[in-house]
Amino acid sequence: MATGLVGLGQLETARMGTTLVAAFLASLVECVEALTVVLAVGSVRGWSSPLAGVAAALAVLAGLVAALGPALARIPLHLVQLVVGAMILLFGMRWLRKAILRAAGLIPLHDEQAAFAKNAAAMRDAGTGHVSGGPVSGGPDKLAFAAAFNIVMLEGTEVVFIVIALGAGGSGLLLAAALGALAALVAVAGLGFALHQPLARVPENTLKFVVGVLLSGFGTFWVGEGAGFAWPGPALANPDLAIPCLMAAYLALALCLVPMCRGRARAATVEG
Amino acid sequence: MANWVRSIGRELLGLFVDDGSYAAAILVWVGLAVVALPRLGLGARWDGPVLFAGLAAILIQSVLRFARRSR
Repeated sequence: MATGLVGLGQLETARMGTTLVAAFLASLVECVEALTVVLAVGSVRGWSSPLAGVAAALAVLAGLVAALGPALARIPLHLVQLVVGAMILLFGMRWLRKAILRAAGLIPLHDEQAAFAKNAAAMRDAGTGHVSGGPVSGGPDKLAFAAAFNIVMLEGTEVVFIVIALGAGGSGLLLAAALGALAALVAVAGLGFALHQPLARVPENTLKFVVGVLLSGFGTFWVGEGAGFAWPGPALANPDLAIPCLMAAYLALALCLVPMCRGRARAATVEG
Repeated sequence: MANWVRSIGRELLGLFVDDGSYAAAILVWVGLAVVALPRLGLGARWDGPVLFAGLAAILIQSVLRFARRSR
């Protein structure tokens, strides 16, 4: 009995750990993309207005999590698992598909340096945009505020979805997911502050590959749980054991698909 | 403001869909599996693996079709 309780406790810890890691990695990708734009805006137009835009957007996003997270607790769990599971599946399998195609060289990798240069040029071309119409060092810069606010809201909305979706699967998971996202935000903001340049060396596609695998596993599990499905083997007694098995199966499948895609593309070229 | 709401809406939709037929196939399979699998009598413990197998087939078909058309 005691051994069983210890086992259940370990499973719960493992589930919270997986949720935290998935939220951290997924949020890392989004935070890096937002940081690139904020750095481009700040380096061209000064820092006070873009930082105010970032702070305003973060306040709105924190309010969204605070409002939506507890609201989900009032909906029956199996319904939340089914609907949120289907949404996580769409999200995770979209990332996994894109990461496989990028790893196979069929679509280009995301280039943070190019995104930085493009956004910096757009900010230089856009004029001063100041309330006072004065120089860049004068009053609040509406354009810089809006650009930073928009990108943090856009990328942050994805983070909020990830946190709420991953946190909807059971008690304590919302906190784990929120901590993962917060850790990503702190890590990226800290690195951006220290380096003052886009984090071009973050292996974005590898992160997307891993997150795609994790979210596809979670999504499949939650749809199954929401629908009342059972899982074979040891997972029949402890359904949580199905999560790492599903993730391993998606990983193996994705790793097989990368060379298969390269081969198909080569064959199509030869035939063409 | 309207533009901003539209761009948030586009971004939210883009979270889930960039290939419409892929997203539709996932949703159709999930719906079908939830409704039909318990009625097929495979044995409850196989419903989960069959759900996964269908999703895996959709992923395989989608990336290989993209690869064939990409060069």
